[in-house]
Amino acid sequence: MATQKMFFSGFGGQGVLMIGRNIAYAAMLEGKEVTFLPSYGPEMRGGTANCTVIVSDKMISSPLIYEADLVCVMNLPSLIKFERMVKPDKFLFINSSIISQSATRSDIQIAYVNANEIAKNLGNEKAANMVMLGAIVKKTGVVSFDSIEHVMEKTFAGKKQSVIELNRNALHAWE
Amino acid sequence: MSERVLMKGNEAFGEAAIRGGCRYYVGYPITPQNELTEFMSREMTKRGGKFVQAESELASINMAYGIAAAGGNVFVSSASPGIALMQEGLSFICSAELPLVALNVSRGGPGIGGIQPGQADYNQVTRGGGNGDYHIPVFAPASIQESIDILYDAFSLADEWRNPIMILADGMIGQMMEPVTLPEPKAPISEDEIAVRKPWALSGTKKGHRSVVKSLRMQPNDLEKHVEKLFEKYRQAEKELVKYDSDRIEDAEVVFVSFGTTARIVSEVIDMLAEDGIKAGLIRPISLWPFPEEAFSKVNPKTKVVISAELNMGQMMTDVKAAVCGRFPVRLINRTGGIIPTSLEIYERAKKILGEYK
Amino acid sequence: MRTIFEPTKGMLPVDTSYCPGCTHGIAHRLIMECVEEKGRLGDTLGVSPIGCSVVAHEFMNIDMCESAHGRAPAVAAGLRRVHPNHLIFTYQGDGDLASIGAAEIIHAANRGEKFTTFFINNAIYGMTGGQMAPTTLIGQKSTTSVEGRKKEVNGMPLRVSELLATIDGAVFVERVALNSPANIRKAKKAVMKALEVQEKGLGFSFVEFLSACPTNWGYQPVDALKWLTENMIPYYPLGNLRCPEEVK
Repeated sequence: MATQKMFFSGFGGQGVLMIGRNIAYAAMLEGKEVTFLPSYGPEMRGGTANCTVIVSDKMISSPLIYEADLVCVMNLPSLIKFERMVKPDKFLFINSSIISQSATRSDIQIAYVNANEIAKNLGNEKAANMVMLGAIVKKTGVVSFDSIEHVMEKTFAGKKQSVIELNRNALHAWE
Repeated sequence: MSERVLMKGNEAFGEAAIRGGCRYYVGYPITPQNELTEFMSREMTKRGGKFVQAESELASINMAYGIAAAGGNVFVSSASPGIALMQEGLSFICSAELPLVALNVSRGGPGIGGIQPGQADYNQVTRGGGNGDYHIPVFAPASIQESIDILYDAFSLADEWRNPIMILADGMIGQMMEPVTLPEPKAPISEDEIAVRKPWALSGTKKGHRSVVKSLRMQPNDLEKHVEKLFEKYRQAEKELVKYDSDRIEDAEVVFVSFGTTARIVSEVIDMLAEDGIKAGLIRPISLWPFPEEAFSKVNPKTKVVISAELNMGQMMTDVKAAVCGRFPVRLINRTGGIIPTSLEIYERAKKILGEYK
Repeated sequence: MRTIFEPTKGMLPVDTSYCPGCTHGIAHRLIMECVEEKGRLGDTLGVSPIGCSVVAHEFMNIDMCESAHGRAPAVAAGLRRVHPNHLIFTYQGDGDLASIGAAEIIHAANRGEKFTTFFINNAIYGMTGGQMAPTTLIGQKSTTSVEGRKKEVNGMPLRVSELLATIDGAVFVERVALNSPANIRKAKKAVMKALEVQEKGLGFSFVEFLSACPTNWGYQPVDALKWLTENMIPYYPLGNLRCPEEVK
């Protein structure tokens, strides 16, 4: 893996930035170079949120991208807007619990992840982003599950055991 | 050296300042640097410093003037229109020769402009909007690690030169996260040490002499002498504070000049051009004042064109043209208003420009 | 021989640059006498404003700094952060404090900054040559209100002490006048109390001095004092507006 350019998009509150930040953090622990760039602005609560993550073995020049090795969309507007960013043969992750529409391209690898449903079955729909994160890690191997779990230990330190359990289960839930 | 940590730019600025010896921070809310003010409000008191939220940027810069006049190592931050309000104070501070570190996390302008990243404050920070003859050394980091390194040194530099040091970042660096290594904390100057290490500072006549911090000089002869003395210092700064990075300029057909985050996009463009067999190079000024004119003497004499790439209408191009001094044509690739061009856009525009110089 | 009077060591042995009949000199001396009597000359810091008294540091024998127009309270707030135990004051005129520096004085008072502000109200801009100030009286002529200040155009003269006295953090507020020996003695008592408030860390303290500017008012010094007495005091009543129990 030389350089992986990733883009995550959805509604605010879906934990989209959390997915990106976990991957960035895990990649750093693996000794990689990383940039994490969130969108920011006067957007209202619940408005759109997205972030760009680049992981590389070498120094990263531009933290901005116009095409991606991986795009993850958590809502329909994001699918419509960002499907075109995926490089041929690369990955598009679609949260099929929220997005009923299918992707239009046939030259890319598409994974439909019913993240909210899976999370709900585990006990809390809020963990949908962790289900999506797990799906991404499983399918692309951009970082290892070990590293992600290590990050979770740090970010969930001090939280209730049940919360930690829920998120760990969510991470491994997608088949 | 400590381990690598993932840090957001706006928090890294604060952490680096504290480790660099900053003990006083004055802020006022303005996007896109609010996380820094929030970080300092949490951290300063915890770590033996003082935090003040001022009623305006006018007040912040003048509180900072008071802190600096009293010998404290002070840090102020703001974003473009807030820095504009500080210009009055910066002029006073330069004349009074007070050390201070100011950070501009810049956004689009003019006026209230927008809150997306911009570089349209180049003139504001390198020329200054304050009145009178003065200069402020300005450094523009391109990464979070570089921001940390510059801020960490800035407080000793300000003390050494008895002058403000300005750091020009942009909203993108402020919001971005990158892995960084943090330097060891420096010991701050204690209240007792001030009278010894900064005898000019206001600490009371009990120290054995009277200190007056001022900028008023009603006699033209006195004022001229004072300004000449300041400029002796600036001339020295022009020699000692120049800082830049360059990449492949010795055999380039096209040389880009770009600073801050824009320079990172350009360095990707250079690789893209190299894949097409086009030799491109980059001069990245880190000190914007003093502008690194000397870098241009190393440019391949056969270079066809120099391209200034910036997020404004070509403010730095004036300095680039002065440095190039007619040896090469100088062109501009820019976006403004808070739009950041992708590497693809710059690559395509550069190819088009190159086509004119076959 | 017995010494019955000695000039305060708080003032440098030089002539001031103020006009004949100007009361800046009296205010300077009162403040510095109080600082000396408190034994604090060695650790007192003063901030001078923009205006005639920008050069106060040429006369007051303490560590001082100048400040940009109206910003003295911000500067003093900065000094206070570095030196928590020093005696710190700003010395400001009415153009500086009540006009361009209105925000800074209100917020310093509101934060309860532990320094003292001495406010010289002579109802005019002195240094710039007699323009209308926020404190210029109705009907009073100035170079920017040649027919006299009009309420409909310029609003009413601003009563700064009353304004500040509404702010919780301003724990000591008193207006005095430098128009007679008796009032000057009262003024010194107010200065003493304001500094005491500061020393006890009780909050922001403020003394307004009604002062004469014969040059820009266009009066002889004695007539200027008479004008102050007859016109300023009725509109700007003397007295204490706020005083904490601890210094009563």
